[in-house]
Amino acid sequence: MLLNEFLMLGAVLFCIGVYGVIVRKNAVLVLMSIELILNSVNINLLAFSLRNNSVDGHTFALYVIAVAAAEVGVGLAMVLLMYRNRRSVGLDELSEMKG
Amino acid sequence: MLSALATAWTSPSIDYHALAPEIILGGGIVLLLLLDLFLPDAKKWVLTPLASFTVLGAFIPVLTLALSNQGVRSLFDGRYMVDDFSLVMKGLFLLAGYVVILLTADHLREGDYYQGEYWFLLLTSLLGMVMMASSRDMVSIFVSLELLSIPAYMMAAWRKRDLRSNEAGMKYYLLGVFASALMLYGMSLLYGITGSTKLVEIATYLGSDLTSLRALAVFFIVVGFAFKVSAVPFHTWAPDTYQGAPTPVTAFLSVASKAAGFVALVTVVFVAFPGSHDVWQPVFWILSALTMTVGNFLALKQTNIVRMLAYSSIAQGGFILMPLAVAGVDGVANSALRSVVTYLLVYAATNLGVFAIVMVVARKTRSGEISSYGGLFSYAPGIATLMTMFMASLAGIPPFGGWFGKFTAFQSLVSAGTTWSYVLAIIGGINSAVAFGYYGKILREMWMKPVPDGDTTPVTVYSSLGVALGITSISTLVLGTFPGIVIHFGDIAGLTGAFIK
Repeated sequence: MLLNEFLMLGAVLFCIGVYGVIVRKNAVLVLMSIELILNSVNINLLAFSLRNNSVDGHTFALYVIAVAAAEVGVGLAMVLLMYRNRRSVGLDELSEMKG
Repeated sequence: MLSALATAWTSPSIDYHALAPEIILGGGIVLLLLLDLFLPDAKKWVLTPLASFTVLGAFIPVLTLALSNQGVRSLFDGRYMVDDFSLVMKGLFLLAGYVVILLTADHLREGDYYQGEYWFLLLTSLLGMVMMASSRDMVSIFVSLELLSIPAYMMAAWRKRDLRSNEAGMKYYLLGVFASALMLYGMSLLYGITGSTKLVEIATYLGSDLTSLRALAVFFIVVGFAFKVSAVPFHTWAPDTYQGAPTPVTAFLSVASKAAGFVALVTVVFVAFPGSHDVWQPVFWILSALTMTVGNFLALKQTNIVRMLAYSSIAQGGFILMPLAVAGVDGVANSALRSVVTYLLVYAATNLGVFAIVMVVARKTRSGEISSYGGLFSYAPGIATLMTMFMASLAGIPPFGGWFGKFTAFQSLVSAGTTWSYVLAIIGGINSAVAFGYYGKILREMWMKPVPDGDTTPVTVYSSLGVALGITSISTLVLGTFPGIVIHFGDIAGLTGAFIK
């Protein structure tokens, strides 16, 4: 089976996601980067599930998808809240509190 | 291939007594949501007693389970355990939740709060914590972690029009989600190595041979939880979130949510990674030393009380992590676990009390500055005395709870007896001394400074806040003067169900 290729794809997606979270200053783009990491997790889980010949990974992936949807729902609501109050979704402007 | 795996499905037998706390909480949550939907606004006050009775109701089966002599109850093929460790932690979460409800009750009446939704989210988060204490499987740990975190993100951003509250919620959300994504990546690798999501099985398959993949998986999972317990260098969200969120929510985050993070960390480390201590011991050592030191020194220069308490709670987290840095040494695991449980209990009682006082004082002075505590003793001697007691407990002065938490932590470091553990104990000792600096600052303000604006009208303590202060101060005193009670909890240390299987 192409286990290495799947894992490589997962690792590349993971790295792009982490890079995006660290570098991007736009809240929506950060959310998308986090989604990339979660999807790399799903690819890993499914690939390992096939190799291990067990369904645990499939169910785990389903839970990850469901929870990720809930997370993004809350996240977008929060981005919307921020946009209403400041007319911007720039994360570098979040500096009300310091020290 | 998958169809071959699907055998005839039989429904697992369910021990309803063991699940009763979760079922009561779940029922209460549904009832709250329905009542909030259909009740007219004038009758919404019913929701507050309903929320508190749900939490107290869930506490009853925790007690009956603790008193029953059936020992460890294992549900769902050993993926959900009700043992002494999980019962103690469930009790802690429920009591902390009850105190937070008491703290919020008056707050809700004053501010523009959506109380139905607020109680719903608070209880949902509590349900996640209660489930976390029993989870012994990666999937259920992940689901409980999200169940407790997602409502907490919303509660941090509760004041919709307040820019600070927005910022608090946003920072908490982004770093929290990022942390769980990292943790999930680690979990996916772990599943790949061991072929199982059950923690006990992971421990048997994982073995102790050092492969880079195993090190990576363990590292990612530990880092993911380090965000939750706000260990330095993953603490950056904590001060901003604590300061910006409404004060009762801050109390909830800094006590219950943090304790839940530690419970998850302890479960994973002791049940799934007992053989991998060569990976996690150095990580915990560094995290613990950094967390104590950075938290303490940043707390020294704060002028806002909540922000100072945020750094203080980060520093306390470092002390809780301390015994984990040596938990892999032969024979230390039990004492390390006992120390974490003890410390969490003491810390929860004390810190909730501090936040109750912060709310009482802020109601009068309308300020969050430490200088607003000037002369507190002259016009509110009772409050000032209680605050002194809580500060002494946080600083670790006997006979108040805190000293015993620190004592157990140092005890396990010394019993490990390695060079690294002694070095960490010295770092911890220096930090305990540094902490007197900022706890003492508040005491100096209260006892020696004049009242800043000369306003010496006495503070009003609402009945619910009074009850909260009573519960927390009595627990702080009792835990400090009769530490034997806590030792008894710790004896269970056969705890995580791993050793019992």
